[in-house]
Amino acid sequence: MDVEHLILRVVVKTLFAPIILFGLYVQFHGDYGPGGGFQAGVIIAVAFILHALVFGLDATKKAVPETVLKWLMAFGVLLFAGTGVATMLLGGGYLGYTEIAPQSTHHAGQHYGILIVELGVGIAVAATMLMIFYNFVGREPEIDPEDW
Amino acid sequence: MAPNALIAAAAETVAPAASNGAAETAETLTTSPIVALEVALLFMLIIVAYVMLKSRHLFAVVMLSGIYSLLTASFFVALDAVDVAFTEAAVGAGISTVLMLAGMLLTARREKPATPGRAPVALVTVILTGAALVYATIDMPAFGDRYSPANAGVGQTYVERTPKDIDVPNIVTAVLASYRGFDTLGETTVVFTAGLAVMLLLGVGAARGGRAVADRPPDGDDAETEAGAQREGDAGGR
Repeated sequence: MDVEHLILRVVVKTLFAPIILFGLYVQFHGDYGPGGGFQAGVIIAVAFILHALVFGLDATKKAVPETVLKWLMAFGVLLFAGTGVATMLLGGGYLGYTEIAPQSTHHAGQHYGILIVELGVGIAVAATMLMIFYNFVGREPEIDPEDW
Repeated sequence: MAPNALIAAAAETVAPAASNGAAETAETLTTSPIVALEVALLFMLIIVAYVMLKSRHLFAVVMLSGIYSLLTASFFVALDAVDVAFTEAAVGAGISTVLMLAGMLLTARREKPATPGRAPVALVTVILTGAALVYATIDMPAFGDRYSPANAGVGQTYVERTPKDIDVPNIVTAVLASYRGFDTLGETTVVFTAGLAVMLLLGVGAARGGRAVADRPPDGDDAETEAGAQREGDAGGR
């Protein structure tokens, strides 16, 4: 059994879930504090990159295959653009979120719209960043520790 | 006193030439720690940038660029731009450092020494540009000046209208996702396109189950040209 970089492995394994959790917090708390889809997407991508750096690219690719990433990249952008189309079908302008809940007295339509759109940004950014990382690192799968 | 006003007063002490109102001495005294922090951060930025220029060890340069981004993020926090600082820390210090490392793995570990040739031209260009930029900052409004174009015009409108229109506590999010939703859609598309370009250039041909693209060894090209030359020779012979 390979026990190289044992401390790093333990630390990354412990930190992986909290990093994802923090990313989700940043994602869905963007209305109330600093953060939003872009930062959250990057943070979640970083969690997987950390995993790949310590456990190897193949282990991460087993968890998140490239095919899935390819679809998620497009899905994020389509979620954003599709929200605009949906608001148009509801009778408003492109990305006019008020039409999502026109009867609301506390701008619930705007809140839903921002939440959905930010989710699209987060998914697109996370998938794209991870895809770029896969492509760069995938070209040299065997990294000699001496090379760093 | 509100933190914004504190920082505004601090900025006025840093750039007295641009200040509109006279900063009171009492205010200057209470804000001196923030000024000291900002000056220290700027000095550290200069030191890190200089070391990056001088170092030929690419691994060290990549790590220093991460530190540079982290210092920039701290500076943004001191300027009260928390959202920008967050992005800078996550993207600049986090992911771009890793991507630079991954890029470094594909090339050499040490930078080749630069050939001295046009150094005077470059030096003059840099000094002239820098002097022009410093000259331009003299005309800039003081930091946090409420009468500056950025704060008095559309910025003020966003601050006033967000509670009525959108009712979201973070005005930055309201501007990004709702008022300027088209811009953000464009930015997301840019990120998506960048990912697509990397996929096409570095070749995950296997995305649809096809074969992965691999670099040909250099001697493969030579063999091809030799074969081509031979074919030409044959054609000439006939």
